[in-house]
Amino acid sequence: MENFTPLSALIGGALIGAAASILLLLNGRIAGISGILGGLLPPERGDTAWRFLFLLGLPIGVALWRWLGNPAAALHITSSVPILVAGGLLVGLGSRIGSGCTSGHGVCGMARLSRRSLAATGTFMAAAFVTVFVTRHLIGMGG
Amino acid sequence: MKQILAALGAGIIFGLGLAISQMVDPAKVIGFLDLAGNWDPSLAFVMAGAVVVSFFGFRAAAGRLKPYFAEAFQMPKATDLDARLIGGAAVFGVGWGLVGVCPGPAIAGLAFGLTESAIFVVALVVGAGLANLTLAKPMPRVPVSD
Repeated sequence: MENFTPLSALIGGALIGAAASILLLLNGRIAGISGILGGLLPPERGDTAWRFLFLLGLPIGVALWRWLGNPAAALHITSSVPILVAGGLLVGLGSRIGSGCTSGHGVCGMARLSRRSLAATGTFMAAAFVTVFVTRHLIGMGG
Repeated sequence: MKQILAALGAGIIFGLGLAISQMVDPAKVIGFLDLAGNWDPSLAFVMAGAVVVSFFGFRAAAGRLKPYFAEAFQMPKATDLDARLIGGAAVFGVGWGLVGVCPGPAIAGLAFGLTESAIFVVALVVGAGLANLTLAKPMPRVPVSD
């Protein structure tokens, strides 16, 4: 567990929770990334700008953190192109069919004690644990 | 205009949270999902921090008739568990486990300018768009005053 970073995890998590609270209290919206993205496909008149700007804020926040003197902030992505495509398709399809992803179900849904979100979070966590075990340990795909 | 700026601000804070917690890095996420490997519980702490803070945000919202900048809270209405919810979550989980990337970190990670991130995001958008095409109303949301 030498990679364990509990403090930065809690602080970063608290910021994610603060962002979700702000979007809810000010705009009355759930900060579910797949839902916000899904509402742009296709864009609907009068319901596009806030979605687009929220999503644009995500990489701006990351860029800001790096610019503030954390150039070491890294992104290691080792998957091959076919796996990237398959993963992206499954994440896009599944999060829309299941009405949410890590943020919508895992954070907002859990915070409002939704039974559906609890079930969805348990399901996608279990599926991800199994997938990682199979790909990294059984068939040695290494991603 | 206020709503649009609030959304941008919330997105930036969300992105900062993903960066500080390192959830923007798929290697960090896989470290959590790989129970049989060199396990890193950090992701659980990120979720705990996020859930606790937003729990109070949702409680504050529950005490209000409407949000500050909008006419109504747009909350998910469904309450029952169904095959679509569980099936969709399972499909999402497989994709998440394959690459270690879910929608928030996928989009936030574009800040690093890597081709791999862009490929993933394009596939993610295509997948979400395909789902929207085939589902009648993917996410029924109604004002709680309904």
